Amino acid sequence: MVFVLVESEEGKIKKYSQEALTYGADLAAATGSSCAAIAIGEDTDTSDLGNYGADKVYHVTGSGLEAFSPGGYATAVADVVSNNGGNYVIVSGSYTGKSVAPKAAVKLNAALATGVVAMTDGNSIRKTCFSNKAFSKVSMSGDVKVITVVPNSYEIKSYDKAGSVESVSTDVGSSVKTKSISIDKVKGKIPLTEAELVVSAGRGLKGPENWGMIEELADVLGAATACSKPVSDMDWRPHSEHVGQTGITIKPNLYIAVGISGAIQHLAGVSSSKVICVINTDPEAPFFKAADYGIVGDAFEIVPKLLARAKELKAS
Amino acid sequence: MNILVGISAVPDTTTKISFVENNTKFNTEGVQFIINPYDELALTKALEITEAQGGEVTIITVGDASVEPVMRKALAIGAQKAIRVNTVAKDGMHAAQCIKDAIAGQSYDLILTGRESIDYNGGQVAGILSEMLDMSLINVVTSIEVNDGKVTAVRDIDGGRETVEASLPCVLSAQKELCEPRIPNMRGIMQARMKPLEVVEPSVDYSATNYDSYELPAEKGSVKLIEANNAEELIDLLRTEKKLI
Repeated sequence: MVFVLVESEEGKIKKYSQEALTYGADLAAATGSSCAAIAIGEDTDTSDLGNYGADKVYHVTGSGLEAFSPGGYATAVADVVSNNGGNYVIVSGSYTGKSVAPKAAVKLNAALATGVVAMTDGNSIRKTCFSNKAFSKVSMSGDVKVITVVPNSYEIKSYDKAGSVESVSTDVGSSVKTKSISIDKVKGKIPLTEAELVVSAGRGLKGPENWGMIEELADVLGAATACSKPVSDMDWRPHSEHVGQTGITIKPNLYIAVGISGAIQHLAGVSSSKVICVINTDPEAPFFKAADYGIVGDAFEIVPKLLARAKELKAS
Repeated sequence: MNILVGISAVPDTTTKISFVENNTKFNTEGVQFIINPYDELALTKALEITEAQGGEVTIITVGDASVEPVMRKALAIGAQKAIRVNTVAKDGMHAAQCIKDAIAGQSYDLILTGRESIDYNGGQVAGILSEMLDMSLINVVTSIEVNDGKVTAVRDIDGGRETVEASLPCVLSAQKELCEPRIPNMRGIMQARMKPLEVVEPSVDYSATNYDSYELPAEKGSVKLIEANNAEELIDLLRTEKKLI
């Protein structure tokens, strides 16, 4: 059986968990098995999980699962999987998934593959490596395989499955070794790692005071903002916006790069984006080679034009 | 405070990646290897902690003899001693098992490493080690403070940050912003030559995954250029051709 850990926020199933469920349902179909979701915590709304691909749902609650902890969640997942004959555990490559998957893999004595972007067959996967500069086909052996799927790699499909819910009551208190003190959510902004559209800018903007138009364009488009490494190194923008090989790796549907030349390290972090638009004064900027659309010109003339047109469309 | 820092030797960030032997092996010809940037942050943070509170920083690397220059650089930055497990790790599970066996009988208050290596991008070793060694785990952290046998760290979460407390011993993985990496000075480089670098043989040679083959991303088609005068056309194209807006 294929198990998929689903995450939720304010009860709602996260988009990347829906993607993981699609992966799980496809894998179940390919291996002649069924797909079960594991939902953790009292407030998760499990009612739609059948539509997202779950034949069955294990809704796990109990002592030690009131808040996230790597140990508590990994124990909850591993227990459900081993008690119900799981062969596969699919987890999103979210921060939560990245903490849970390695621990669950050890508990289950499983093979572990992370950064997975596609399933090749039941025993092998395709994953990113060299920070998105390459891909590798990796074969996995053993009775249990744990796989983390990169967000935005899998198109969500809709299903018409039962998604019957079995409540599992447990106590994982002894596995909880960390205590959450406080959570600081970025408010009113789309988190970069979850954004489908991203507007990013680099040194070509000349100074932090010029980011107003970038933020406005992102706002009108419903996009997140990002930046290049030099810009975050100079503290023009927060480190959390730095995309690239040593920053955040993203693969949105649209990436608009303004005043970024496209150094190899930057490209590594964004080259999986589905559509790339580059705006740069230098026609020789390497980024144009990786772009779908390009405009050679001054950001201070071009961005306001884009903004005006985007506002027009939004208003109409 | 004894701290173990996992160090991986990775291709320099400017490396143009290519493969040999029918796309089954990474082409290391002409490639400069460096300390994995996230591991470098873990090392610097470990040094900051031991400088303030006393103690010793040991680095550990799983690799063949070719990784020793990278390990010497970590010693030059300030680590006191080094352990090399003499094998090429097949995956994160293999690397973690090698590390666990190599440090059996030793005790560390903290194990720090990078949040992932920039070559295989597994991000697995910290989590696996924490489970194998029954230590607490705080993954992808931008701040670490150690006081009274407790560690408080700020970790990245989806859409924000979380402050987390754990008792020692604890495994943490470093994210950008944790600290500024240090550059070794001449004195450090001279001293590094004399510092102990112990080589141990691996006790396991097993892994459940195998990297069968590699490929480079598909080349993009040629870029569609839009005249700067008609820049707004881009928005229309994204709407009509790509249906993104």
